[in-house]
Amino acid sequence: MLAVQGDVEEHLRALERSGARATPVKTLAELEAVDALVVPGGESTTVIRLLERFGLTEPIRERVRAGMPFWGTCMGMIVAAHDVAGLEQQTLGVLDVTVRRNAFGRQISSAEVALDIPALGEKPFPAVFIRAPWIERAGPGVEVLASHAGHGVFVRQGNVVGTSFHPELTGDARVHRYFLDLVRAA
Amino acid sequence: MNGANQSSGSKTGTVKVKRGLAQMLKGGVIMDVVTPEQATIAQEAGAVAVMALERIPADIRTMGGVARMSDLSLVQRIMDAVTIPVMAKVRIGHFAEAQCLEALGVDFIDESEVLTPADDKYHVAKQKFSVPFVCGARDLGEALRRIVEGAAMIRSKGEAGSGNIVEAVRHMRAIRDSIGELSVAPEEELVARARDLGAPYELVKEVAKAKRLPVVLFCAGGVSTPADAALMMQLGAEGIFVGSGIFKAAAIVENGLPLYDENGFPKIDGSIALRYAKAIVDATTHFEDPKAVVAASQSLAGARPMHGLDLRQLPEGQLLASRGN
Repeated sequence: MLAVQGDVEEHLRALERSGARATPVKTLAELEAVDALVVPGGESTTVIRLLERFGLTEPIRERVRAGMPFWGTCMGMIVAAHDVAGLEQQTLGVLDVTVRRNAFGRQISSAEVALDIPALGEKPFPAVFIRAPWIERAGPGVEVLASHAGHGVFVRQGNVVGTSFHPELTGDARVHRYFLDLVRAA
Repeated sequence: MNGANQSSGSKTGTVKVKRGLAQMLKGGVIMDVVTPEQATIAQEAGAVAVMALERIPADIRTMGGVARMSDLSLVQRIMDAVTIPVMAKVRIGHFAEAQCLEALGVDFIDESEVLTPADDKYHVAKQKFSVPFVCGARDLGEALRRIVEGAAMIRSKGEAGSGNIVEAVRHMRAIRDSIGELSVAPEEELVARARDLGAPYELVKEVAKAKRLPVVLFCAGGVSTPADAALMMQLGAEGIFVGSGIFKAAAIVENGLPLYDENGFPKIDGSIALRYAKAIVDATTHFEDPKAVVAASQSLAGARPMHGLDLRQLPEGQLLASRGN
């Protein structure tokens, strides 16, 4: 669990409830000790700068490219993306998508949405979007698992998963379980 | 300002999305800024949000007069200058200032004792708004009353613009200690404790069970060094507001007096401000690692923290924390 900034605790609790052992990662040594990395919700502008300052950008990129399962929620998906539409923002470039930040608008447009995610079953998922990004362009290897307002909001490319919304803010553990299945299979 | 709006299975302005934005700011530093240039420096340093206001608290203190919501065209320029969330302050009880900020599209409103109160009895009814609010508190009762009114985030009041951390420590300890007491109190005591706190029983019960506020708790008021930030994080703050600490330390002074530019804003040394702001961010992120706080402090080399005030020597009327209850 990347713990540089954001809603780390909420994710740690949700992962533990789903049967994983989850620990915060702030340093290189802590990164080396984990099998998979979740990047929480937070401020992408901030976290991208801090990863660079603390020397974590390149090590994370290398591990994800070597197959370490990675899931980014909201900020985490922006951090993982290939590029950010309309902004000169550094990213890890491990997920072949272009994201648009604050795609739905500023905070006033943040919303709770009953989202259809066929891969997780029939029951709609209670998705919480907060100043959320959407997928503007998805590369050929990227599977779009859910869309909202005509744009991808849940994607997967091999070992990398991205969600625009925050499953850690709901009691519904299906996305956490989806990711943990992927970790176990890796 | 219609509270929760619903259209085709999508609900905006809900309690969850309002509190949720505060959750996304956790572990971060929110910096007071008065100009778009300062906002850009704050973002570059790694701030998670900026707080737009007309004067930083230390200047409100020395200049006196009525402190109001910031000039809206300036708030707009700050919103255009950065990609991180923009917060802005309104006077306690001034719901029309809050309506303006919501219409402008700011991401968070601080109903703040740092500005001159507009209503000496009532706070803004914050639940009616779609935009989230943060409010200051000195103790648990005050925090819970603000949450009932609709605050989506709480911060200690501290004593803004003083450069003195003592009040923030007092408020953070008071809030945490009261939560600790509630969490071990027998259930039959909770009704009486709710009455003493001046807060609804259901909310008191929720806090006792969760052993935390139902919203994010930040520290504000008096943070001026990296070690101050580390102290407050270790005392249980989930993030830090820095008001005057950064841009006061970077103020350009001549013969002991600050210089002002042609627009009336204090002149600052941008590179000192950036270094100072980065140091506070680093210490906040790595608050439990003294070596990292040392490195952050050493990166300041030459920059001096703002001059602090001994609060015991201030007359009662100059204390900001006692505004609003």
